[in-house]
Amino acid sequence: MSGFDFTFCGVALEARASGVLYWPEAQLLAVSDLHLGKSERMARRGGQLLPPYETLETLNRLAVEIADLNPRTVICLGDSFDDLAAERALEQDSRDRLTALMGGRRWIWIEGNHDAGPVQIGGTHLAEVERGPLTFRHIADPAAGVGEVSGHYHPKHRINLRGRIISRPCFLAGNAKLILPAFGTYTGGLPTSSDVLVDVIGRDGLAILTGRTARAMPLN
Amino acid sequence: MSEMLPEPLAGWFAGQGWTPHRHQLDLLENAQRPSTLLIAPTGGGKTLAGFLPTLVDLAQAPHKGMHTLYVSPLKALAADIRRNLQRPVEEMGLDIRIEDRTGDTSQSARQRQRADPPHILLTTPESLALLLSYEDAPRIFAGLKRVVVDEIHALAEGKRGDQLMLGLSRLQALRPDLHRVGLSATVENPVALSHYLAPRECHILNADPGPEPQITLLETEIPPPWSGAGGRYAAGHVMEEIRKADTTLVFINTRAQAELFFQALWSENTDGLPIAIHHGSLARDARNKVETAMVAGDLRAIVCTGSLDLGIDWGNVDLVIQIGAPKNVKRLVQRIGRAGHRYDTPSRAILVPANRFEVLECRAALEAVFAGDLDSSPRTHGPLDVLCQHVLLMACSAPLDADALFAEVRSAGPYADLERSDFDLVLEFCATGGYALRAYDRWQRLVQRDGKWQLRDPRAARGLRMNIGTIIDIETLKVKIKGRGGGGASLGEVEESFAATLIPGDTFLIGGQTVRYEGLREMSVEVTRTPGKEPKIAVFSGIRMATSVELSHRLVALMQDRAGWKNLPDHTRSWLSLQDHISSLPPEGGLLSESFLRGDRAYWCLYSFAGRNANQTLGLLLTKRMEEMGTGPMGFVANDYALLIWGIEPIRDPLPLLSAQNLRDGLQTWLNENAVMKRTFRASAIIAGLIEKNMPGKRKTGRQATFSSDILYDTLLKYDPDHLMMRITREEANRGLVDFERIEEMLSRAAGRIIHVNAPHVTPFAAPVMLEVGRVPIKGMAEEQLLEEETTRLLSESGLADISVLAQR
Repeated sequence: MSGFDFTFCGVALEARASGVLYWPEAQLLAVSDLHLGKSERMARRGGQLLPPYETLETLNRLAVEIADLNPRTVICLGDSFDDLAAERALEQDSRDRLTALMGGRRWIWIEGNHDAGPVQIGGTHLAEVERGPLTFRHIADPAAGVGEVSGHYHPKHRINLRGRIISRPCFLAGNAKLILPAFGTYTGGLPTSSDVLVDVIGRDGLAILTGRTARAMPLN
Repeated sequence: MSEMLPEPLAGWFAGQGWTPHRHQLDLLENAQRPSTLLIAPTGGGKTLAGFLPTLVDLAQAPHKGMHTLYVSPLKALAADIRRNLQRPVEEMGLDIRIEDRTGDTSQSARQRQRADPPHILLTTPESLALLLSYEDAPRIFAGLKRVVVDEIHALAEGKRGDQLMLGLSRLQALRPDLHRVGLSATVENPVALSHYLAPRECHILNADPGPEPQITLLETEIPPPWSGAGGRYAAGHVMEEIRKADTTLVFINTRAQAELFFQALWSENTDGLPIAIHHGSLARDARNKVETAMVAGDLRAIVCTGSLDLGIDWGNVDLVIQIGAPKNVKRLVQRIGRAGHRYDTPSRAILVPANRFEVLECRAALEAVFAGDLDSSPRTHGPLDVLCQHVLLMACSAPLDADALFAEVRSAGPYADLERSDFDLVLEFCATGGYALRAYDRWQRLVQRDGKWQLRDPRAARGLRMNIGTIIDIETLKVKIKGRGGGGASLGEVEESFAATLIPGDTFLIGGQTVRYEGLREMSVEVTRTPGKEPKIAVFSGIRMATSVELSHRLVALMQDRAGWKNLPDHTRSWLSLQDHISSLPPEGGLLSESFLRGDRAYWCLYSFAGRNANQTLGLLLTKRMEEMGTGPMGFVANDYALLIWGIEPIRDPLPLLSAQNLRDGLQTWLNENAVMKRTFRASAIIAGLIEKNMPGKRKTGRQATFSSDILYDTLLKYDPDHLMMRITREEANRGLVDFERIEEMLSRAAGRIIHVNAPHVTPFAAPVMLEVGRVPIKGMAEEQLLEEETTRLLSESGLADISVLAQR
């Protein structure tokens, strides 16, 4: 995977092509909006029976990154589970895989709007966490100062390449704030042109598109 | 003859000065048969024939509840038939309640119709499916005696017909003595259609087809261009014909072409004759206006697409002009039938070929019409996605017994040969999702209680009902005139993918006018009028129909029949001779392959005459194989007649490349990754109820509310490739856009009869193919490459103020 290296608030970071964020100096990996158990929740609540493989697929992709980087700390930026019942309903197989990933490293679950409350699976459960100049939380806080890393919005950037439209999940980097793409398999996206994202990031931010290679482009 | 009609109908007919047609009386005579299929040309009073038994019955004895259900493919037709039926009923003083029920009917009217059904209900397949999903369906249809299916030939071509036939199987179960009547335009195989309507027993009535149509090929002094499909070269001649006729329908194959041709026609319309344009992307209001003007006789011509293939009878049309090759003989016959609606006058039609190959195709089509040789529409067994929807809707109405439902479904024509194992797969899909990983045992959609399947959560019925239907629209955006305070007049719709290519200042055509793109505003495209300016971007895209198998065969036969060349225009004759001299004509039943060099490129042209979609697929498969073999293909282009591939190495021996087995092997790998498959998957997944349609007004405004169905496809492909939805998708794609069946047919027919010519230079046949638009470059990593170029350009242009970029790895 080829990532994109950039400096955010004085910290050298890598936006990985897969959509996870890596901080080499701190050996810290951050990932957002895994939405594990989404299909189970939809079946439980809506009656739609989507292919029940997305949890496995999400964990498999995450496992590749963890194997590659071997981080000391993993921060899941919230909405890691589609809801708390989905966490409890996690298949044994998925549960085992997740436990294996967590072994030998510090694992922090940040509380999201989908999974507010303690998770049973181990790891540390926090509302937000600070590391050096960076603060990790689920939803960007307008009142927060510089150095905030969050998720929640599932940003997606759409560009027109000579008539061919491509739309991909992306990181959004502004001067003060960084938003991660959703890593979960069954997740949609919010266009980077939406007012709410423009408000958070400002007009002269950078979109870093995920895909085969992470590619950065200015927002305007 | 009208003495065979009972009063008060006989008196009313006499009062109108009408004599009933033979087939109208025949249908009355056969009213007690369980099923009848009436085949009659347009203008033959088909619909009235369908209602005569009902009117006679209701005139003789009062009836409680619904007596007759009429189903048509068009909402507009249901409303129109109601008005046309109301008048005679009132004039005869009959006490018959006639109402229509479509997606446009108000909520209160619908509730009333459920509580107190009218004698005659006019509706569409989707509205019928909805009625049948209600728990009180048995009560709604309690008195039903007859069902009339209008334009069944059109319904039978698609899934709406399959859904309707499933609906009829349920109606028949509710009302075992129900009589079915199907009304059809001329079709090639009435017996097959009768089996579709009623597989067990169906009586066929053929109306007098009327006098032979008068069809001519438009011959112009300047020959048609070598390529293209717009027919603009002939606009002056067409205008001349419009001037001479009373009222003309100008048919053209796509909406984009209709827009461009209308513009060309308008510039020739020096007398300012009232002419209009009509197609499915125009705003409902605009279409209504045109239709009303037409009914009132205020128009001299309408340029239209398939949107007017069906529907309202306009008796005053005396000329039909078809621009471009008709691609399908049956459709041509039906279009021609729209001229001369008076039963005893011959229809008059002119065919206008848009390019050289189309001269041959038009000639072949014309001969096919006279020979009465219509193309077949191969309908295989009914698709399983429609069956999934039906099973779920039946579960909404009442707990269902699997054996009983299986028997009922098999009584529907398209599902007469359904295997029990497939039915069980469908039921399993509806109940548990049918996944190899059994994850939903607790959350099954259908559960079995006392041996019967029912909804686990009855509230799910609402969502299922919202999802009714088998027409999956491409996502479109409304086009509105930019107005002060927003909310300008709506002109029509464009595909979302087209809208995404627009940048402010671009001009395009819609509804015959040139507009300027200003921007997007709340999910609509805002434009301003820019009179007289040439549109910069042609128009929105659309899928073009491929030439039918029968018509392609006739076309090839025409080339081989030198004696018949005398019927062709001079320019076309000399073009064929030159091709024969320089290269060769396609061998009988075989395949012509040509190689030649031009500039630094080697060209390879295959004249498969297999239709646009099959040639496109063949192009993708062959270039993929050539890439593996290292012959360096650089691109290809396909039309209905041929496939042209260019690259570095010339092809000297095409036979190994054309092995059907090799192509078949390549197909599966290629298909799996293909956008066509994902599009097909989305449509089938919506129909089958795996995902929900985006309801209007509920569009993706919220974040992560919806995610692309492509993700579901990719996930199934990886973890559950044999799932029912994947099987449905493969079947649909193979017979739809991919059209691999036709490649197989062509290759097996041509086996041993492939002629390969190493030509000295571009051949007369290859030249028009080289001019075709829609070249496909061979990409591989092209998307990544384009993306890299774009990001590099943007990054170097902008300063990227405060975020310092270290390096791109």
